Amino acid sequence: MQVALFVPCYVDQLYPQVAMATLRLLERLGLEVVYPQNQTCCGQPMSNTGCWDDALPLAQRFLETFAQYEYVVAPSGSCVAMVRNHYDELLGGQPGFNELKNKTFELCEFLVDVLKINQLSGSFPHQVGLHQSCHGLRDLRMGSCSEIVGPRFSKPKQLLELLDDIQFSELQRDDDCCGFGGTFAVSEEAVSCMMGQDRIADHLQAGTQILTAADMSCLMHLQGIIRRENHPIKVMHIAEILAEAVEPGSMKSVAVTEAGKS
Amino acid sequence: MSSTQDHPAKAKAFVANNERAHWHDKALWFVREKRDRMANSLPEWETLREVASEIKSHTIGKLADYLEQFEENATKLGVHVHWAKDDKEHNRIVLEILQSHDVKRVVKSKSMLTEECHLNPFLEKHDIEVIDTDLGERIVQLRDESPSHIVLPAIHIRKEEVSETFEEHLGTEHGNSDPKYLTEAARGHLREKFLGADAGITGVNFAIAETGGIVVCTNEGNADLGVSLPKLHIACMGIEKIIPRLNDLSVFLRLLARSATGQPITTYSSHFHGPLTGGEMHIVLLDNGRSDLMGSNEFRNSLKCIRCGACMNTCPVYRRSGGHSYSTTVPGPIGSILAPAMDSKANKSLPFACSLCGSCTDVCPVKIDLHHQLLTWRGELRKRGQLPIDKWLPMKVGSWVMRSPSLFAMVGSIGRFFLRNMPRWMIYHGLNSWGKQRELPEAPKKSFRQLYNEQQKNKPQAGDKNNE
Ligand code: SF4
Repeated sequence: MQVALFVPCYVDQLYPQVAMATLRLLERLGLEVVYPQNQTCCGQPMSNTGCWDDALPLAQRFLETFAQYEYVVAPSGSCVAMVRNHYDELLGGQPGFNELKNKTFELCEFLVDVLKINQLSGSFPHQVGLHQSCHGLRDLRMGSCSEIVGPRFSKPKQLLELLDDIQFSELQRDDDCCGFGGTFAVSEEAVSCMMGQDRIADHLQAGTQILTAADMSCLMHLQGIIRRENHPIKVMHIAEILAEAVEPGSMKSVAVTEAGKS
Repeated sequence: MSSTQDHPAKAKAFVANNERAHWHDKALWFVREKRDRMANSLPEWETLREVASEIKSHTIGKLADYLEQFEENATKLGVHVHWAKDDKEHNRIVLEILQSHDVKRVVKSKSMLTEECHLNPFLEKHDIEVIDTDLGERIVQLRDESPSHIVLPAIHIRKEEVSETFEEHLGTEHGNSDPKYLTEAARGHLREKFLGADAGITGVNFAIAETGGIVVCTNEGNADLGVSLPKLHIACMGIEKIIPRLNDLSVFLRLLARSATGQPITTYSSHFHGPLTGGEMHIVLLDNGRSDLMGSNEFRNSLKCIRCGACMNTCPVYRRSGGHSYSTTVPGPIGSILAPAMDSKANKSLPFACSLCGSCTDVCPVKIDLHHQLLTWRGELRKRGQLPIDKWLPMKVGSWVMRSPSLFAMVGSIGRFFLRNMPRWMIYHGLNSWGKQRELPEAPKKSFRQLYNEQQKNKPQAGDKNNE
């Protein structure tokens, strides 16, 4: 099975270890992974600001870059949500677009729904606090959200639960937004930071050692606050946890740099 | 109205009182959790939402027909039906009715529509006393404020502050902020007002086309009292309040109270079918931009709103910025859709007062795609040329950079270099909003692209798919 890795622009630049972990994990699961060199950004920041015209050429590029592959996988719920739920207005009707939408997956979704992973040999002896990133949760429905009445599930948690010795934090608010929200983090700085601080307070009271999520953008915001306020919480993307657990030592260097200031 | 409402500035001021902002957030989250428990007690909850949404969509699609049917049936019941194009006409109609009956004192139950029309100050200007009889609204009225929430108008006020207000206006004991004591005092005060009133004004929660009747939901029974003592009843409603049949009502009543306050049902669901014997009943139907919304494919859905307030209770931004930060009659997610429809320039910051978490969409009992509409508004502002430059310029530049992988890689590596090597004071300064309370990420030496390509070079035999 051939998988094209879609690495969100900010992950490429700021969190290469997250993409490396994704790559390693997928290869470890026996997949042939390629990184199409023409990719840049899915256009989400532009579209979320209302600048559809600026997002359009990037969506176009995305389609051209990824159309040829069997699957497209990204370690980011919100970028995948952009492709799946918001590209229609930009690319609707173009050849290959529907196929693209249906074959583009967030990493956890891909592992659970496509690869149907139901066992992973690895251990992660830490207390993990799972942050449910909103776009993954409510746009991609990677889990049940607290507003909707129905069966409870969470694909990221389902994967983490496969690891030995892992423990989970019991949060007071399961899926309140962290306050990142793209440019919202800057334009509504006061509210954004208060939201982030509240999430972190919840994780602190719950005893979270490692804070994780399927979206690095939320974690970038939360980690920014954690580092500023010197909280004893380490931040890891879920791909890093999974890669580290199934291949101990592989993420050691990352773990050290990440823990650096926290 | 050309003044620009700036949500971030007002929100910042609200957040600055950290203790109070947290208290506000917790008070609303408490209501949201009550709502969750209530919703979860009905296994058919999601079906109800779906049905409610369909009824509303259907009704909006045939609104003209249903309005006509409603008028016909209400008239048969002896109700005088009036049509108002906008707030001015609405207020004029109400004033004329009141003046023709020589009314000096009016009691009013909760109605966001009369807030929308600023009816109170208008009537007061014409020497008519208007007393809001909903406890929360009365508190807000005594303090000369506006409601900060459509269901819980005084949610931003603490009981100690209510005590001070009541001490000043109703003569309650100094320092006594016992809610029961204060409620009793308000009750006594309002009773006098009810007894002395010449007319009662109510809002309308649902108007039933099939019967011509209207339904008003209150928790305090103040709508009943307000129109049972005086002989003149004026009900003010937006044209979107219509539902086709009496049967449909049960769907909405089950959803409304559960969504609004986490009660199984509102304490009083009062049905009015015509005037009291010897009395008079008027219904004023207001458009005020609603038919424009009906004509818009993007925003038509917002007319489905039953004003339960659940989107406010759940909104992480509303909870932490308070209703007044929106500077609109209806705040929160739904308000941020409705207000730009009235004046997009003045309200252009509202569609951005949202992290796009989507919680409002999932909580809404009539399934309005609130966060998508907020996103659509952003695009609409762009089309109308109303986006401020600090929003569109970075996106234009970003888009140009991202059109070329090599340019992106170059800009990225320069950025990372500076981030790694600049002294702290050059990075964390007044213009860096991100860095006020947050660290920027630690910039790595190499991007993923670089690492990947290096790795590929080192193992040339492994899957060398050259996909440049
Ligand atoms: S938009 Fe939905 S959740 Fe918000 S007030 Fe209206 S009905 Fe309630």
